[in-house]
Amino acid sequence: MLHYVARRLLLMIPTLFVISLLVYMIINMPPGDCVTSQIDELLARGDADALARAGELRAIYGLDHSVWYRYFHWLGGIFRWDFGLSCQDTVPVKDLIGERLALTIIMESCTILFIWTVSFVIGVYAATHQYKFGDYAASFIGFLGLAIPNFLLALVLLYVGKVYFGVSIGGLMDPEFIEQPLSWAKFVSVAQHLVIPTIVIGTSGTAGMIRRLRANLLDELQKQYVVTGRAKGLSPMKLLVKYPLRHAINPFVADIGHLLPEVVSGSVIVSVVLSLPTMGPMLLTALKTQDVNLAATFLLFVAVLTVIGMLISDLLLAALDPRIRFGAAGEK
Amino acid sequence: MSDIAPRPPAGRPAATPHVVSHEPWDPYVADKLTADQEKYYMAGQWKLMWWRFRRHRPAVVSAAFLALMYFSILISEWIAPYDLHTRHVRYIFAPPQGIHLFHDGQFIGPYVYGLSTHRDEDTLQRVYKANHAERQKLRFFCSGESYKFWGLIEGSFHLVCPPEGGTFFLLGTDRLGRDMLSRIVYAARISLTIGIIGITLSFTLALILGGLAGYYGGWVDLVVQRITEILKSFPHLPLWLALSAALPVTWSPLLVYFGITLILALLDWPSLGRAVRSKLLALREEDYAVAAQMMGAKPARIIGRHLLPGFMSHLIASATLSIPSMILAETALSFLGLGLRPPITSWGVLLNEATDINVVAVNWWLMLPVVPVILVILAYQFMGDGMRDAADPYA
Repeated sequence: MLHYVARRLLLMIPTLFVISLLVYMIINMPPGDCVTSQIDELLARGDADALARAGELRAIYGLDHSVWYRYFHWLGGIFRWDFGLSCQDTVPVKDLIGERLALTIIMESCTILFIWTVSFVIGVYAATHQYKFGDYAASFIGFLGLAIPNFLLALVLLYVGKVYFGVSIGGLMDPEFIEQPLSWAKFVSVAQHLVIPTIVIGTSGTAGMIRRLRANLLDELQKQYVVTGRAKGLSPMKLLVKYPLRHAINPFVADIGHLLPEVVSGSVIVSVVLSLPTMGPMLLTALKTQDVNLAATFLLFVAVLTVIGMLISDLLLAALDPRIRFGAAGEK
Repeated sequence: MSDIAPRPPAGRPAATPHVVSHEPWDPYVADKLTADQEKYYMAGQWKLMWWRFRRHRPAVVSAAFLALMYFSILISEWIAPYDLHTRHVRYIFAPPQGIHLFHDGQFIGPYVYGLSTHRDEDTLQRVYKANHAERQKLRFFCSGESYKFWGLIEGSFHLVCPPEGGTFFLLGTDRLGRDMLSRIVYAARISLTIGIIGITLSFTLALILGGLAGYYGGWVDLVVQRITEILKSFPHLPLWLALSAALPVTWSPLLVYFGITLILALLDWPSLGRAVRSKLLALREEDYAVAAQMMGAKPARIIGRHLLPGFMSHLIASATLSIPSMILAETALSFLGLGLRPPITSWGVLLNEATDINVVAVNWWLMLPVVPVILVILAYQFMGDGMRDAADPYA
């Protein structure tokens, strides 16, 4: 097992390296750089010595070097926990992303928990009540969740939340708690504001999960051992929970690999609409203004999170499913 | 299956008296097939699939709906009462005008009430009111605003036109006073084709790369596998954002359209490619593949002629199932302002106007472009499901 974990961890390094390189180069692709737009703005304001400042600014951000030099400079800095300067206000990227990253992780964890709980309950219900009204209703809602664009659902729920439940618009907490130390009241406020984003990001993931759980459980319930168990007089509850459910629950863990990228994607767009203080909106502006260091750092963190999430899912799966555990042991 | 498959011949009747027939006996009589059975046994693979697909009601309805939608983009100019860019400066944010048939219990035919506007003194907002005294009959199969059919032929024929001197905003107008219905109709052109073109590109990529990996194995397989893993493990939206932000601002909107489709395809192929690879890995060991190899067939021929047709139907079904995510992705990108740019108009571009909460509260009809998005995605989903079920006719 230890060997397996070590191998997986080692494999992460080239993967992350490739992703970081790819991302950095893509962001650098369009012509111009972040200074160009700043200078344009200064010129438009009639600042005469803007052009003179351009060179100065470029030197600060290292834009007078080649892309490769900048890339390796940035990459080298990461090991010293230094992500370079953000172009916006010449602030170190480190100072900008800390809290946003934490909030993002909180939000995404909540979303995954939400997806699990909801799809577990609905999936099991749909499988045990096949072709009944509840089953059809569940799959209909699931389809709808797939089809409604996240951002619009977010807007509508935001409106509903404001008008009917009085949750303040935007942000992840009531305005008076910003910059306050953590307290119970702040915690409650954050929890209240998490409800809408969690539901919105969760809907699309939930739909797929319900369908998989339902299909798996249906397959399992038709097997001989279930019939035998029933014939021998096992209680229906036990007959469901003891074996078939344990079997069918595999995708829950195995699918974190699919779920995590989906949730991250969803959270970016939903945060933009709801203007949450997570990384979504900042990433968007960073990409639009070609703030390379900031955007690349965000994207790298996204990649790290996903890769670690997948590793955890594989480990959990091995712990849960003896076939996979022994299969992996047999391989080496 | 049961309603197509022939019934097995009934068993021997229970107890009959012992008789010996002296008639000459034709041993093939038992094997004679009825016309129905013959049709079933002789049917080709695609025909069997079609029969199975036909039994999946929601899928058939969805397919018909999609066919209608795609047909509509051929004649958008006729369907839309106004042009894509016509501005009605006097009617900004006009609410939808309902169509009425009866007035005071008397049938007049389809008509709309004229809109009268005044300014609210407190909020300074423009308020529209239906003027019940003014009943304007709609015109059908009429000559209205002139357009260039597909940008080529001049014309002015419309299926429905606004009344003479009146307006017809079935779905309201936007912030520049442009008719929403016409814009939605025109935007379908872009939104519906982007999924098709995108999936074609991604399908081709998947066939080539997955085919190479699956057929050759070895290091080619290893490289392709690594690429798919990286692409699959990375959240798409941020990468899409980065890529579309990288499209030069100087590009023409049409080039941007193709750029966006390419970007969508670049990140979409891995899951299809994996399917191709794993199938090919299994199939290349089959006897007929080895035989073809022995006879000196080139790899391209073996893959294209002998191996791919074996699971093409599955591939098409799964490709169909990934069209919705492409349409949604384009919508999301355009909504965030990094996708298509005006004057190219897609449903996502229209929804870009509905970015803030005021829209939900005041001008709710700006969110209407989401309705066709939802319908089309549901239809694709159902049709894809039906196709997937039908793809295996012998199951």
